[in-house]
Amino acid sequence: MDLVPNPSQTVGPFFHFSLTTAAHSVRCIAGPQAPGERVWLMCRVLDGDGAPLNDAMIEIWQANAEGKYNHPDDPRISAKDPTFTGFGRLGTDENGMCEFETIKPGRVPGPGNVFQAPHLNVAVYARGLLRQLYTRVYFAGDPANQQDPVLALVPAERRGTLMALSDPARPGHWRFQVHLQGEQETVFFDV
Amino acid sequence: MGPLANERSIITPYRRHEAGSQPPLSYPAYQSNVRRAPTKPLILLPHTLSEITGPIYGHGEIGETDNDLTRQHGGEPIGERIIVTGRVLDSNGRPVPQALVEVWQANSAGRYIHQRDQHPAPLDPNFTGAGRTLTDENGVYRFVTLKPGPYPWFNHYNAWRPAHIHFSLFGRAFLTRLVTQMYFPGDPFFPYDPIFQSVPDEKARQRMISKFDLETTQPNWATGYKFDIVLRGPEATPFEG
Ligand SMILES: [Fe+2]
Repeated sequence: MDLVPNPSQTVGPFFHFSLTTAAHSVRCIAGPQAPGERVWLMCRVLDGDGAPLNDAMIEIWQANAEGKYNHPDDPRISAKDPTFTGFGRLGTDENGMCEFETIKPGRVPGPGNVFQAPHLNVAVYARGLLRQLYTRVYFAGDPANQQDPVLALVPAERRGTLMALSDPARPGHWRFQVHLQGEQETVFFDV
Repeated sequence: MGPLANERSIITPYRRHEAGSQPPLSYPAYQSNVRRAPTKPLILLPHTLSEITGPIYGHGEIGETDNDLTRQHGGEPIGERIIVTGRVLDSNGRPVPQALVEVWQANSAGRYIHQRDQHPAPLDPNFTGAGRTLTDENGVYRFVTLKPGPYPWFNHYNAWRPAHIHFSLFGRAFLTRLVTQMYFPGDPFFPYDPIFQSVPDEKARQRMISKFDLETTQPNWATGYKFDIVLRGPEATPFEG
């Protein structure tokens, strides 16, 4: 039986009291017991005028430090990892920002017989967006980025929009800006 | 890392959307879209483990009244009590069990409890308007709630949203994630609503409208609406062995 998926509709401006309450926000993607390099990722979402979105929601899905997803369709995972869900979800604040705590994921098999560079899968929702936008966060300076098969699909001059930048003053702290439009428009994927 | 490389052959890609079945990125009749929709074309991503896996394990506890929005406070909220139920299926017609379904809505006067909602209609101390549940092994979900009122917004002169309930669903993969809205049959605001009209295909728009259902309706208690939701499914059944 072939069915057509339901159309997406905007999340609108009023989702917070359901989706991002204290109980249903997920700031910490990897619990304190999870092995790996600890990462604090500050995300910021800006519109075409450079104005911050105070009503966006960001979701993150990522692999663990070994590059395995906490999911039965990852054939390499044997059991649910109690220290690590791999999922995060936050609403942005008045400055368009939200900060996740996690670990840097390992490398995941990619298309072709190559491994992907460490990356987080990101979905952005907001009033004005009729469907979620998918993008990815890579870690600037990681040598694995050079061989990443997905980055290779992106024109060289736009790859920088997918890079989180580390804060030299604060080890482990990274920043990722989502520009919905403009010169620095972030690369979004047709997933 | 060698042994992992050939395991990619296990990946079954998901089906892509049919033309016209989803809203476009850019739809300027919806004002908020103008400075927010990306202008550059999306980059087609082949499906990897990153896309075909997703957060299916629990999202916090489901409380006892989380699927009954009329019993979350001390008293009864005011409005037309309704039952909203349906199945969550993938595009191959298979039920999606254990899927998290989250909803939020305005009260019967068309007012959200959200602090940024300035519509001068009354709040109801007995109604929050947020719910969540998991689908059962047949993909069935069920909520008891109130029929939400239409509400005005600032998109254009005299703009009103048709009555709707917001739905958020997690399927099996990060790419099956769906945020949508459920509408009610015969709503007079459909022709004027750019969010509803943003979906190009007429049949696709009709799929966002729930159906009144006498079987779901409970005598002397609540009217019933059926709303099935289809999420993306894998391209083909992977062969065993
Ligand atoms: Fe709404």
